[in-house]
Amino acid sequence: MNGIGESPPRPDGFAKVSGAAVYLDDISLPGMWHGATVRSPHPHARIRSIRFDPAAAPAGTVCVTAADLPGPNGVQLLDDGWPILADGFVLHVGEPVALVAAPTRLEARQALAAVTVDYEPLAAVLTLEEATALPPLYELRMESGDVDAALSRAEHVIEGEYRTGHQEHIYIECQGMIAEPAEDGGILVTGSMQCPYYVHKALVHALGLPDDRARVRASVVGGGFGGKEDFPSALALHAALLARACGRPVKMVYDRHEDIVGTSKRHPAVIRHRTGVDGDGRLLALDGEILLDGGAYKTLSPVVLSRALLHAFGPYRWPNVRLQGKVLRTHTAPNSAFRGFGAPQVEFAIERQMDRIGRALGLDPYEIRDRNVVEPGDRLPTGQVLDATTSARLCLEEAERRTGFRAKWKALEAAREGISGGDGEPRRGIGLALYFHGAGFTGNGERKMKSPVTARLLEDGRIEVLTAMTDMGQGCVAVFPQIAAAAAGIGPEDLVFAPPDTGDVPDSGPTVASRTTMIVGALIARTVSELRDRVLAGSGPGESFREAARRYREEAGPVEVTFRHEPPEDQAFDESTYRGAAYPTYAWGADVVEVEVDPDTLAVRPLQATVVCEVGRAIHKTLCAGQIEGGTLQALGWALLEEVKLQDGRYLNDRLATYIIPTIKDCPRIDVHLLERAWEGGPFGAKGVGELPMDGGAPAAVQAIENATGLTVDEIPATPERLMRAQEVAR
Amino acid sequence: MKASFSVNNRPAEVDGHPMERLLDVLRERLGLTGTKEGCGEGECGACTVLMDGEPVLSCLVPLLQCEGRRIETVEGIAAGPARDFLERFVATGGVQCGACTPGIVVTAWSLLERNPEPSREEAREALAGNLCRCTGYEGILRAICKETES
Repeated sequence: MNGIGESPPRPDGFAKVSGAAVYLDDISLPGMWHGATVRSPHPHARIRSIRFDPAAAPAGTVCVTAADLPGPNGVQLLDDGWPILADGFVLHVGEPVALVAAPTRLEARQALAAVTVDYEPLAAVLTLEEATALPPLYELRMESGDVDAALSRAEHVIEGEYRTGHQEHIYIECQGMIAEPAEDGGILVTGSMQCPYYVHKALVHALGLPDDRARVRASVVGGGFGGKEDFPSALALHAALLARACGRPVKMVYDRHEDIVGTSKRHPAVIRHRTGVDGDGRLLALDGEILLDGGAYKTLSPVVLSRALLHAFGPYRWPNVRLQGKVLRTHTAPNSAFRGFGAPQVEFAIERQMDRIGRALGLDPYEIRDRNVVEPGDRLPTGQVLDATTSARLCLEEAERRTGFRAKWKALEAAREGISGGDGEPRRGIGLALYFHGAGFTGNGERKMKSPVTARLLEDGRIEVLTAMTDMGQGCVAVFPQIAAAAAGIGPEDLVFAPPDTGDVPDSGPTVASRTTMIVGALIARTVSELRDRVLAGSGPGESFREAARRYREEAGPVEVTFRHEPPEDQAFDESTYRGAAYPTYAWGADVVEVEVDPDTLAVRPLQATVVCEVGRAIHKTLCAGQIEGGTLQALGWALLEEVKLQDGRYLNDRLATYIIPTIKDCPRIDVHLLERAWEGGPFGAKGVGELPMDGGAPAAVQAIENATGLTVDEIPATPERLMRAQEVAR
Repeated sequence: MKASFSVNNRPAEVDGHPMERLLDVLRERLGLTGTKEGCGEGECGACTVLMDGEPVLSCLVPLLQCEGRRIETVEGIAAGPARDFLERFVATGGVQCGACTPGIVVTAWSLLERNPEPSREEAREALAGNLCRCTGYEGILRAICKETES
């Protein structure tokens, strides 16, 4: 049961269920010390002085501040504008100001009290409204057609404003890193991360090291969701600086409180749409504005905004589109990568806008989508012609077929008595959302990276595959061997996969953007097949692959094949005009969510989520469905429960007791249906799947609330408090 | 204080501060790192172990409560008759990143020992204190409840 589309047990599965898997915090090295971080209590302040009093700290404690940095004070990502340690100013609560290391975790925490920072508090910008008056961190626009002319001709012009909040990743394993200084001045870092080469790049940049003096290994990763894309680069630098200062291995593991306070979140967004529609409900023009709260530093926000623009029009036909996007700067922790990467916010907005258009024209949610959904051969506003696997309509129709959405929605609309009746009976509602997700890096990202994968023949005749991809739970440890074995026609026992260690593996890119199976998986298929061909070219009759490979290796010496990803020529994107193929392909989905709303408390309980997705071919059915099940619940958490509350720039709910994510009892039954259509660019037809399911749950859930209550919900999370405000507005 | 208790059917004697967390005793003194810390305040369930057969949150159990008790961790459960269940847990997609998994396995196993064929609702009730961020809980329920299998 190791073929494509089957579901062999994941190779790391038993170690994980039996407690044997070694996560970062499970590692203890001889002589290892522990690090801790002095953080800003102010959202914006000048640092007058930082004083470390060794006498007040456990013996031997070391302290590192910006003054001790050996090179540039920046975490190298897109640029190095994000300080490793605050220097002169702090721009958000929780910003790292100084680091300490001491022999035990407890002593490291005690040592924090020996650092005194004198701050002069300054005025802080804490909301998107205040931030609009200031220069943005980044801005983008795209335009196709003539939006103003189309709007002036349109029979209906419909306007809407939509808001989405922060979301905290809550990977169950908090951020963690161990740095070990090497005798040659180099550094070895082990940690929980998605992108070993991002960490490597940040280390060599800030520490001024040659590439081969920094080595980065990913430990078993206990969840990522984007939260371990960029932040580990900062934490690795912190651990490395302390390790160099005390000349020992240093471990830094955040507790949950610190992880919430100190790390990035999903960008809050305000999205405004003005839409022109004809009398039949056909879309004529979209004029949209996207504002993202970037927090204090740029980190990956420009790329998030780019993806937001490229998904803001939804899976619909638009002859005219104008989108303007800005990342605004506030004195809050930087917001950055989170599953979906800007798409969930804008797809929430466009789906709500479609619902608003439908209501204005008397069309049900299915009908308004049915009239405008993209088909194969249609052009997106970027000019990209959609390929034959464009499955939005298929997903829409299949979701309707499986749920009877239209009839249920109409019946509930007709029977609705409003929320304020005193009978206390829960109100039922049903909602539908249609969505899409560009798989792989945005624009020319893949072309610039040209990421390599290497396969080499071991002396025992097995093929070793080397990539930098990490398994944060999604299951590339199972999917890669399936792809390699099927592509080369050999058994999984003839294959071995090197752990992600920059000392051994090539830079096959970051484990992000739903690219791992689709891009890296395809490269694995090519490299392993090429190596197999070389082996078999000289094999004798009756010889097994392993025997032939062992003999070939003996005769030929070390044999290694490397292929790099090269997108086809027609897959070009012009970043100045936003024209061209922004993604190699898209995955598609339709969600139907059924909810119950308590009329007295306005608490929303999701009962059932039916999720129809087209992600090319599923390599490993159980893991593929697992991505969709988990992503759907994460989307419902964002839509209904999860709210980061800020007061004066401080998180009010920086603990799991107060930041609420869905428990098993908050979870609806989730039924996933995969519509499989092979996409020629992916390995065995696979597209990316990881982020897609984050895009549909929220708009489907709030449409269901609207169906149940008659309350218009344009802001998430749709907590009882927010619904009560909507109720007051409606009165 | 000195406390004597059993861990996975072996005697353990620990000399430590009475308020030392059982979680740290297991992980740092006894080398049983299968038990995970997810929040440190009893909200996530990742550190669940069995104490005299009942699931407890080891981040909230101080050493002073351990005297004379019988503790079982995920390592002990995995070494015992739970093997089939654990393999099933992997096969149904109950585990992705694995950080919540030891706590969920311990909680689920104690349910299955009391009730070998729990309903979906019974399983949901038993697991209400264990957070998972990866799976949407469906794969976990497929592993525990036979009715959910299809």
